[in-house]
Amino acid sequence: MIVQKTVRFLDERLRISGFSKKTLRRIFPDHWSFLLGEIALYLFLILIGTGIFLTFFYSPSAREVIYSGSYEPLRGTHMSQAYESMLNISFEVRSGLVMRQIHHWAALLFLAVLVVHMLRVFFTGAFRKPRELNWIIGLTLLTLGLLAGFSGYSLPDDLLSGTGLRIGYSVALSIPVVGTWLAFLVFGGEFPFGNILSRLYVIHILIIPGAIGLLLALHLAMVWRQKHTQFPGPMRTEQKIVGTRMWPTYAVKAGALFFLTGATVTLLAGLFQINPVWIYGPFDPAKVSAGAQPDWYLGWLEGALRLMPPWEVRAFGFTIPNPFFPGLLIPGLTFNILYAWPWIEAKFTKDKQPHNLLNRPRDVPVRTALGVAGLAFYTVLFVAGGNDVIAGLFNLPLERVTQGLQVMALALPVVAGIATYKICKELKGRTPKTGHEHGHVIVRTAEGVYETVEPEKV
Amino acid sequence: MSSLAGVASAVTAEVQEGEALFQNACSSCHGPDGRGTDLGPPILDAGAAGADFMLSTGRMPLDDPHRQPIRKPPAFNSEQISQIAAYVASLGDGPEIPDVDVDEGEVALGQQLYSENCAACHSSAGAGGAVGAGLEAPALNRSTPVEVVEAMRIGPGAMPVFQEETLSKHDADSIASYLVYLREVPDPGGLGMRRIGPIAEGAVAWIAGIGLFVLICRFVGEKE
Repeated sequence: MIVQKTVRFLDERLRISGFSKKTLRRIFPDHWSFLLGEIALYLFLILIGTGIFLTFFYSPSAREVIYSGSYEPLRGTHMSQAYESMLNISFEVRSGLVMRQIHHWAALLFLAVLVVHMLRVFFTGAFRKPRELNWIIGLTLLTLGLLAGFSGYSLPDDLLSGTGLRIGYSVALSIPVVGTWLAFLVFGGEFPFGNILSRLYVIHILIIPGAIGLLLALHLAMVWRQKHTQFPGPMRTEQKIVGTRMWPTYAVKAGALFFLTGATVTLLAGLFQINPVWIYGPFDPAKVSAGAQPDWYLGWLEGALRLMPPWEVRAFGFTIPNPFFPGLLIPGLTFNILYAWPWIEAKFTKDKQPHNLLNRPRDVPVRTALGVAGLAFYTVLFVAGGNDVIAGLFNLPLERVTQGLQVMALALPVVAGIATYKICKELKGRTPKTGHEHGHVIVRTAEGVYETVEPEKV
Repeated sequence: MSSLAGVASAVTAEVQEGEALFQNACSSCHGPDGRGTDLGPPILDAGAAGADFMLSTGRMPLDDPHRQPIRKPPAFNSEQISQIAAYVASLGDGPEIPDVDVDEGEVALGQQLYSENCAACHSSAGAGGAVGAGLEAPALNRSTPVEVVEAMRIGPGAMPVFQEETLSKHDADSIASYLVYLREVPDPGGLGMRRIGPIAEGAVAWIAGIGLFVLICRFVGEKE
């Protein structure tokens, strides 16, 4: 009764019924791997929610204070107000620690899910025409996610975050010709920085989330407009989508997925301690801790820095500082190749047709092999980011581990790529057993109108 | 007079017992008189602290003289260890076994001194770390306060020596009390995962987090 009245009230003013009817009856292709991107969306919402909570208690100030809170080993220690507020969130603020932990776990998982989602899109060819623009938006979201992670990791002003900022600053300095000026521009002066925390804070809580929110909306709007891709199957063609309706099935599933995502993050946050800033102590440029690592999503850059041989290159009368190659050239090339991939591939395959049906990875051996080779390369770099931990764990000399990983960074992609190619060729002819099919079918009529019909009538 | 002589003869007896044990277990590398051989360094100035540290942490005797000694169950009981320590102390001018009062130390001072002097190799959390050249700074979670201070005073392996002029007795007590604090106070945020930091966290995110997400997706979505 109330629902009916409300709907009528809104419809008489906003005329929503036509649009809503179409929206609610809309059909989405259904495959479990399509839900990964949706999980990223929910993690973003969780990050915003817990992030707002944390802003009530965090202070981005470098002003020196003397700690007098409840963590005994730091009582009487000089520290920045920012670090003090982190300790207060962890020990004084009610539910502060669990909120911090949910925020940090959600951040690690947000980036992990983005990567897995991107791999799904890559290996199934979902980036092909007409969806190249959305591939670009997705990659930009990943870049922004990395920046959000790094800026957030740097806010506590503990020993780890200060070490991370110092590495970022050194990499910026290594840019030929403009490095010094650029580093000063970004960091506001020489290390150790004066007001970097307030800058990072604005970037972390306003600029990046705002940009992610906007691009996310655009990303989803494009999926809506272009319709989601689907795997080939019975009755599925470039023009016909088989799937489930927005209402009620898809909406209920989405709701369930949201709550299960929240439950997973909360479970991890309750069971596993993350970033115990009180153990690292306040940042002090004269101190460093063994085993200082970035969060996993920057591990590949850390690994590149650790694997780079100590070569010094001179060009055009300038020394190109060593960190430039692993710290900027590798990520620069990586992202440029990824951004250009839809066009690179179209150029080589000479395929300019629009595609709404996905590839099975085995059916496109070259792309799959190249993708696996790339993945192997970044995995080796990622592992190298923890070369000291590996050396300690397996009781091996650090130098041997580093040399072994240097060789693997070059050899493993080749081996993995060739093996993948062979396996794909082997599997290519085989068709999987057809799954069960149900749901509704969209048919595009001669006038270009989409209609929903029962499967039997097709 | 007679009691003093008794003490002296007891001390001599302890040194003699220690010498016998030393000749049996240590002399093949450190030489019959402690002057060292090709396999092991001279230990004339290792002192009781050096012998006690190496023997009570099981680092000595060593199976393979070419590898860094690591912690293992001690080969001798505490009486034998003090006998060997007494003998090694009699060889030269080494440090005595330090007297450590953890309760006298200040945890906050210990935290500061630890992060200045120790964390660069042993890590902020005392989890240890690789230091290059095949050497490793061990984790400190099983070291007793006496062993911690002995290590400062003798500088085993690649570790520098911290004498009393650098770290006073009070400083050493404070560092030991901070390490005891780190070990005994539970992690407030859940499982500490050996406190090795972002590597362990990333592993949990990928294995537990992404693992659960894939299961959830397969539960909610179509499997085909």
